[in-house]
Amino acid sequence: MAVLVIADHDNASLKDNTHKTVTAALAISGDVDVLVAGQGVAAVAAEAAKIAGVRKVLVAESADLGKQVAEAVTETVVALSGGYDAVLIPATSAGKNYAPRIAAKLDVAPISEIIEVVDASTFVRPIYAGNALETVQSSDAKKIITVRATAFKAAAEGGSAAVETVSAAGAMAHTRFVSDEIVKSDRPELSAAKIVVSGGRALGSAEEFQRVIEPLADKLGAAVGASRAAVDAGYAPNDYQVGQTGKVVAPQLYVAIGISGAIQHLAGMKDSKVIVAINKDADAPIFQVADFGLVADYKGAVPELMDELAKAGF
Amino acid sequence: MKVLVPVKRVVDYNVKVRVKSDQTGVDLANVKMSMNPFCEIAVEEAVRLKEKGVATEVVAVSIGPVQAQETIRTALAMGADRGILIQTDEDLEPLAVAKLLAAVIGEEAPGIVVMGKQAIDGDNNAVGQMLAALLDWPQATFASKIEIAGDKAEVTREVDGGLQTLSVDLPAVVTADLRLNEPRYASLPNIMKAKKKPIDVKAPGDYGVDTAPRLKVLKVVEPPKRQGGAKVESAAELVSKLKNEAGVL
Repeated sequence: MAVLVIADHDNASLKDNTHKTVTAALAISGDVDVLVAGQGVAAVAAEAAKIAGVRKVLVAESADLGKQVAEAVTETVVALSGGYDAVLIPATSAGKNYAPRIAAKLDVAPISEIIEVVDASTFVRPIYAGNALETVQSSDAKKIITVRATAFKAAAEGGSAAVETVSAAGAMAHTRFVSDEIVKSDRPELSAAKIVVSGGRALGSAEEFQRVIEPLADKLGAAVGASRAAVDAGYAPNDYQVGQTGKVVAPQLYVAIGISGAIQHLAGMKDSKVIVAINKDADAPIFQVADFGLVADYKGAVPELMDELAKAGF
Repeated sequence: MKVLVPVKRVVDYNVKVRVKSDQTGVDLANVKMSMNPFCEIAVEEAVRLKEKGVATEVVAVSIGPVQAQETIRTALAMGADRGILIQTDEDLEPLAVAKLLAAVIGEEAPGIVVMGKQAIDGDNNAVGQMLAALLDWPQATFASKIEIAGDKAEVTREVDGGLQTLSVDLPAVVTADLRLNEPRYASLPNIMKAKKKPIDVKAPGDYGVDTAPRLKVLKVVEPPKRQGGAKVESAAELVSKLKNEAGVL
């Protein structure tokens, strides 16, 4: 029984989601290979080879793989799938895009966003925005699974797996990459950050969001998040959205400012280690999940917090 | 060009679901049901394509119990032209749903399928991608913008870190993300008109595809409750507690 993990990367560096997905894979089998599908990914493959417990790193390169085009990734993985009993894919937007396509090509029921491996064919996954957890057992010979990386610890470094090249699917006839608009930021990535500072509708405008949330995040070396209400109102870009329909985060510290705590937002952050909420409405549902709630208007509370952090050496 | 829009009847997004005490699933008795929000966005987009003159007909398809007719009526009231209900009381898995939809598409031959990226009950986010795979069509998921020119669609997709734009040859499957549009409310005259629009009722057996489940649900439980609710009085106390008590600073 062998498991293939598809690496999460941006062609330049390997993402921590890969290490976490390897942990899930090692709970299924001791024979775990990692596929790095992309373009110009030699450095990424070298990083993947260092993950402890990885048997082999496979590298497939093409222009379409470099853009994670679903059809290209699918063809590449389907060609490799004969040697594996399970394929584990981090539940990123790219992974969620191609995993079901791979499953359908193999006539397999995909298992989405698992948070626990019970045994090699039994998994726990959230449904209804995380308001229920279902345990499912697959009867398929091959399993195609996406992994909610925040639910698993990162596999350690210290391995020295061999790297080998495998064939990449050719250019796609019916799908062409046009352009990317990836926001460049010096801040840590939202889903991997140790601290996340999020703002909600109470901020009232994009200017206020930038004026209040971003300096606090920068002081803490944190990623910036937002509630769906704030994103829908245009205060923050859509890739900041934390929640059921956005990103699921589980940082060491989550600071929610002016966020009421709708179910769909809580689904995206309730597994954070420590939650801080600042909101002037004492009845806001966010306080029910917060370890430290401060009932105060953010307008006064955030500057005070900035001062206190400065005093504490931040 | 014909647009096909699959729609699903699900628990209304405002309902806080409860897990059944025997752990067999979620309690759906006497709970408000509605069209899946992402499906509503897909219907809206399809109707806008018709209003722009790009599409000639919008067909809404649902797979579910007899009450899923109401979900199709909602789509018809929003502006879809006719409906197809594949009636079943079984809770079909995404693979089975994709196979049935592929069979419907074999008969209907639409120029594009626009559908929600995921249903808010199972949260699988799978049917659109699987349908595209079964048909060997291109896919453009998580769309925030769709522009159709001739036999191609340019789709802007919401991806981690920003946006990606793909050009796909039609026919293709496009799945809708939240920011694609804001669905309209059906007007009373349109709700009345929708009652007269045709809905063709079929059974899964009509399509001769394998819909047997591949997954067995062993149990459904509530997630562990988080112990929150503690308050602090000031920013100073907050920083001190984060540093000394929680150890996260």
